[in-house]
Amino acid sequence: MSDRMFLKDLLKPHRIAMAAVAGGLTLLLAINMDWSWMPKYTPDILRALWITMALLAGSIVIGFLLAVPIGLVQVTGPRPLSLLAKTFCTLIRGTPILLQMWVLYYGLGSLFPYLPGLRGSWIWPFLIESWPYALVALTLSFAGYEGEVMRGAFKGVPRGELEAARAMGMHPLTILRRIWLPRAVQRVLPTLGGELILQLKATPLVATIAVVDIYAVFGRIRQETFITYEPLLMLALIYLLLAGSITFAMRLLEMKLSASR
Amino acid sequence: MATAYRDMSASELLSLTPPGWGGVLLDGLIVSLQVALLGYLIGLCIGLVGATLKRSGGPVIRDLMSVYTTLVRAIPELVLILLAYFAMPELVNALLTAAGQPRIEINGFVAGVLVIGFVQGAYATEVLRGAMASVPVGHIEAAQSFGMHPWRIFHRITLPELLPSALPGLSNLWLIATKDTALLAVVGFTELTLAARQAAGATKHHFLFLMAAGALYLIVTLLSAQLFRVLENRANRGARHV
Repeated sequence: MSDRMFLKDLLKPHRIAMAAVAGGLTLLLAINMDWSWMPKYTPDILRALWITMALLAGSIVIGFLLAVPIGLVQVTGPRPLSLLAKTFCTLIRGTPILLQMWVLYYGLGSLFPYLPGLRGSWIWPFLIESWPYALVALTLSFAGYEGEVMRGAFKGVPRGELEAARAMGMHPLTILRRIWLPRAVQRVLPTLGGELILQLKATPLVATIAVVDIYAVFGRIRQETFITYEPLLMLALIYLLLAGSITFAMRLLEMKLSASR
Repeated sequence: MATAYRDMSASELLSLTPPGWGGVLLDGLIVSLQVALLGYLIGLCIGLVGATLKRSGGPVIRDLMSVYTTLVRAIPELVLILLAYFAMPELVNALLTAAGQPRIEINGFVAGVLVIGFVQGAYATEVLRGAMASVPVGHIEAAQSFGMHPWRIFHRITLPELLPSALPGLSNLWLIATKDTALLAVVGFTELTLAARQAAGATKHHFLFLMAAGALYLIVTLLSAQLFRVLENRANRGARHV
């Protein structure tokens, strides 16, 4: 049903005309521009694409797991923890993520060698790589933004549902697992797609701390080939496709969850 | 100059006069705020025009506006910054040469303002479109039936009525604008973040200077949030508090 509606929307005369113009333009670009560098760099691009997606997925999953307690303690207390969570969210949301990443990588990274005993420990091999800093910075950022969202979501679950569960004698943890958390997640789903795309747009920052993600690879291509437009257009196109697939996946997920209700 | 940065205390390092680097940080902050403010204002203008077009333009214009907002929301700011710093000047000069005009130099400040404005415009379009939808049509029709000029209708009725629902979004956009200026550090434009990085590199006190820059950003954020809270209270005066 919804698919047919979508097709009808797309087949309005002006949209067909616009699509034709866009298609013609793309074809013109594809033919007239210089894409000869593509085959040589394709393996690098694919490897970097994998790194971008791994950083994105890792930071989203760990970040969301952190966001749940960060949001929850702000609603339930105890007060010191709630204050701590609130301060964390304010710090993360009040400063640029590029600066956070640099504080971790250049700031903390320059202090680590002076900590006694750290050099010999199991964690040292990770501390001299750059990707753990990137992952931690992206994760903390996502946890900060999403923690604030989860706070609102936990708060917005109707009191009556929680009271009913309590009246049935449910254990508080069972209430959280069976009712509070699922209802809160249901509430954040419509905005989650947007948050994920914002997170995707934050991933190229890792290139500034020497992680070779998709953005960094295209930086190298530009330097080696001296081509201005084509790599940048291709890079923009790749991010567009990634954002598009996130939107599509989220819509599927939302449809599936709302259909089962 | 062989200043012994290693032995200096934090307050000496952050002092406003050399050999302290505090003055460099403050200069960076001022540049950041200038870029953010100009970009924000350009974004608001684009947003107002865009929201109006999206509500009352023809089908083609409406779809083109959707393409603009979708593109900006999907492409990372860093990529747009690269486009503005490396592709745009070349394109503009190629067009100028073709038209027989002399070449122009687009400096980092202008390019930065344009990128921030372009990005803010897309988000502002969405915020203002939603807020405009909340203005009752009857109020505007009443003003029209009195023969009010469209401009007067805008500043007497539409603007005051859309502000309460637009201000939270606009406040959010301003905070995004101040933080997005940090991205200009990547193309070597010396704003607060890059100034902190330069100070850190020169003195080898990385942690101190990056944290100091973070504190400055935080102060800006907290003060701006306070200011927007006052504005919201002003815009909401007379509204019923439920």
